[in-house]
Amino acid sequence: MTAAKEQLLPVVSDVIADLNHKPGALLPILHEIQNRLGYIPPESVPLIAESLNQSRADIHGVISFYHQFRSTAPGKHTVEVCRAEACQAMGSRQLEAHAKATLGVDYHGTTSDNNITLEEVYCLGNCACSPSVRINDEIVGRVTPDKFDQLIDGLRSQTLEVL
Amino acid sequence: MSSPVTIYIPRDTTALAMGAERLAEEIAAEAAKRGESVEIIRNGSRGLFWLEPLIEVDTLDGRMAYGPVDSQAIDSLFDQGFLQGDTRHPLCQGLTEAIPYLKKQQRLTFARAGITDPVSLADYQQLDGFNGLKKALQLDGQQIVDEVKASGLRGRGGAAFPTGIKWQTVLDAVSPKNQKYIVCNADEGDSGTFADRMVMEADPFMLIEGMTIAGLAVGADQGYIYLRSEYPVAYQILNEAIANAEAAGFLGDNILNSGKNFHLEVRLGAKAYICGEETSLLESLEGKRGMVRAKPPLPAIVGLFGQPTIVNNVLSLAAVPYILSQGGQAYADYGMGRSLGTLPFQLAGNIKRGGLIELAFGVTLRELLEEYGGGTFSGRPMRAVQVGGPLCAYLPESQWDTPMDYESFQAIGAALGHGGIVVFDDTVDMSAQARFSMEFCVAESCGKCTPCRIGSTRGVEVIDRIRNDENRAANMELLDDLCDTMIYGSLCAMGGMTPFPVQSAVKHFPEDFQQPAHNNGARS
Ligand SMILES: Cc1cc2nc3c(=O)[nH]c(=O)nc-3n(C[C@H](O)[C@H](O)[C@H](O)COP(=O)(O)O)c2cc1C
Ligand code: SF4
Ligand code: FES
Repeated sequence: MTAAKEQLLPVVSDVIADLNHKPGALLPILHEIQNRLGYIPPESVPLIAESLNQSRADIHGVISFYHQFRSTAPGKHTVEVCRAEACQAMGSRQLEAHAKATLGVDYHGTTSDNNITLEEVYCLGNCACSPSVRINDEIVGRVTPDKFDQLIDGLRSQTLEVL
Repeated sequence: MSSPVTIYIPRDTTALAMGAERLAEEIAAEAAKRGESVEIIRNGSRGLFWLEPLIEVDTLDGRMAYGPVDSQAIDSLFDQGFLQGDTRHPLCQGLTEAIPYLKKQQRLTFARAGITDPVSLADYQQLDGFNGLKKALQLDGQQIVDEVKASGLRGRGGAAFPTGIKWQTVLDAVSPKNQKYIVCNADEGDSGTFADRMVMEADPFMLIEGMTIAGLAVGADQGYIYLRSEYPVAYQILNEAIANAEAAGFLGDNILNSGKNFHLEVRLGAKAYICGEETSLLESLEGKRGMVRAKPPLPAIVGLFGQPTIVNNVLSLAAVPYILSQGGQAYADYGMGRSLGTLPFQLAGNIKRGGLIELAFGVTLRELLEEYGGGTFSGRPMRAVQVGGPLCAYLPESQWDTPMDYESFQAIGAALGHGGIVVFDDTVDMSAQARFSMEFCVAESCGKCTPCRIGSTRGVEVIDRIRNDENRAANMELLDDLCDTMIYGSLCAMGGMTPFPVQSAVKHFPEDFQQPAHNNGARS
C-alpha cells in the first residue's frame, strides 16, 4: 500500500467514525485501518485515543502487544512462513532459512524492491499438508523450497505487469 | 439437454492450499469446452486431507471420489468418464462414504462436514439442522442446561471442564446490567489442530445453532466468535453463514417467531497465541492487550465487560445441537469412563494420511497413527509424537498404546488438549524441539509473570548451552530447576505447561541432549 501521507488520516477518521460505536471497538478499528492502509500510521494513534477516550499510551500498548499490527508500511505483498511444530516435522526450518536467504531479509523485513515483506506465523490450520505459507490472504500447502521460489516469481511478475 | 452433473469441489483452507480454487475454474472451463453440463458446488472438506483437492461426482450409487486431483489430471478424468462416475481413473477412490478412513469414524459433530454447501440453509436443514434449536425453544433454561449435563460433555478447548456445570454457573449468575454473553473461543492456536476451522468452514450453521442454544439456556442475547486472523477462509464463510441465518430468521431478533433474540458477531484476533486463554481472550475482545486475568473471579461470573459469560471452544458449542436434538444420553453413549462422547482427532505433521478422525474416546494412539495415518509421509520410521499442542508432552513409541481419553493421558503425564497429533520421523532433533517450546513461550507470553516471561528466555539460553556442549551436566540440572520454577510459579498454563514438552523430550529422548547438537538428526 502506498497511499500518500496526506491521504492517510481521512481514511483513519472514516474508519473510526464507522466503528467506534462497537463495544470493545479498538481491535476492529486497528484491523480496519491496517486493512485499508497496510499498517497503522503513528499519526492515527491520537485520533483513535481521542475517539475512544483512552490515553495514547493505551492505544500504543495495544498495537505493540499483537504481532499482527505494524506501524510502518509493508511491501506490496506479505509472505508468512509457518514456524509451528507440524510444519517443522515437514521441513519448515529449512524452508525458513531458504526464504530468508532468497529474499535477503529476516522476519519483519521488506525486500529492497519493496515488493515482499517476510513474516513468521505460528500455524495456519493447514497442518495435515504442511509446510504452509500464507501469501496475503491465500494459504499454500506442501511448500518445498522450489515451490516457494515459484510462488515468489509469481508475485514478482504480477508486480511487473501492474507497472 | 440432460440435467447437469453435480461436482463437489471444497472451499476449505487445506483444499484451497492444495489448489482447489484453480481446479474449480479449470474443470468448469473444460466442461464448457466439451459441451458437458455440470453444476459445481463448493462444499466443505470431508477431512481426508491427504486426498485434497478431493473432488466428488454425484452418481446414482452415491458420491464418487477422485483425489488428489491436480490440473494435469483434468483431461484424463473427462476422457475416462468421471462425470459418469467411472472408476477406471487411477485417482478414483471409490464411493466417498466407503473410504475406510471415513467409514470407520463415528461422526456426530462432523456428520455433515463435506456433504453440504456450508452456507446453504436448505442443505443444513435437510440433514437435521436446527432440530436442536427447535427443541431448545420448547424448553426453559434449566432444562437445556440439564440436557447438556446429561451428555457428559467436557470442554474441548483443552481444560476439559464439564460444559453443563459452566452453563449452570452462568444461568445462576445475576447480571447487574441484565446482560450476559456467549463467547466462542475460535482462537485454535495449537499447531496440529484444525477441527475448529473445519467446523467453521464446513458446517458453520452448527456453531451458530450451538451458540444460540447456549444463549437461550442462560438468557444471553449477544454472542461473539473470537476468531484467529490466521483463518481468512473461515472468516469469510462464517460471515456468509451469519448473514444467511439472520435473513432467514434463525438468528437476530425474534428467532423463529419465539420472541427470543440472539445476535452474533465475528471478531478477529491479531496473531497472539495467549489470546486463546479465556481471560486474555476477554481482555482482547474488550479492546485491550491480551493480559491474562487472575481467577477467581471466573468468567462465568465476571466475564466480558464484567458480565456473566460462557466461554466455550468451537467444538464444545458445536456438539450442542446434536445433544439437544438427540438427547444428552445419546451423546453419552459414546466414550468411556469420564470421557464421554466423541473427540475429533487431528493427524498432522509428518504423516502419510493426515486429516480429521472423529471417534469415541478410547481409541489408542497407535491405531490412529498406523491404521488411519498409514505411517510417516517421508516413509522413515516414526520417532516422536506430540499430542495436545505446543504445551503438551512428546510421546515415545513406548507410550503409543495409551487409550485416547482424558484420564489415561493424565496418568502418563500427557494431555489430549484439543486433540491435535503431530508426528515426527527419525530425523527430528528433540533438543531443537525443546528449544522451540521455550522460544515459543518467549514469543507468546503475555508478560504478566516473571517465571514465564524470564524463565522461558533463560530456558532458550540454557538449552543452547546444552546443545553447544557447554557444562552439560550443570546446565541439565539448571534446566530442570527452571522447568520447576515455571510450573509452580506461573499464573496460567502458558508458563505452567511449556516445561511439559521440554521435560518429556529430556526424559524420553535423552540421547538428543547427550551429544553435540550437530551430531543429532537422522539416525539410521
Ligand atoms: C495458553 C492457552 C491457550 C489456549 N488456547 C485455546 C484455544 O486456542 N482455543 C480454546 O478453545 N481454548 C484455549 N485455551 C483454553 C481456554 O482458556 C478455555 O479453557 C476454553 O476456551 C474453555 O472452553 P471449553 O470449556 O469449551 O474448552 C487456552 C488456554 C491457555 C492457557
Ligand atoms: S504464565 Fe505467562 S502467559 Fe500466563 S499469565 Fe503468566 S506471563 Fe502471562
Ligand atoms: S503448524 Fe504450520 S499450518 Fe499448522
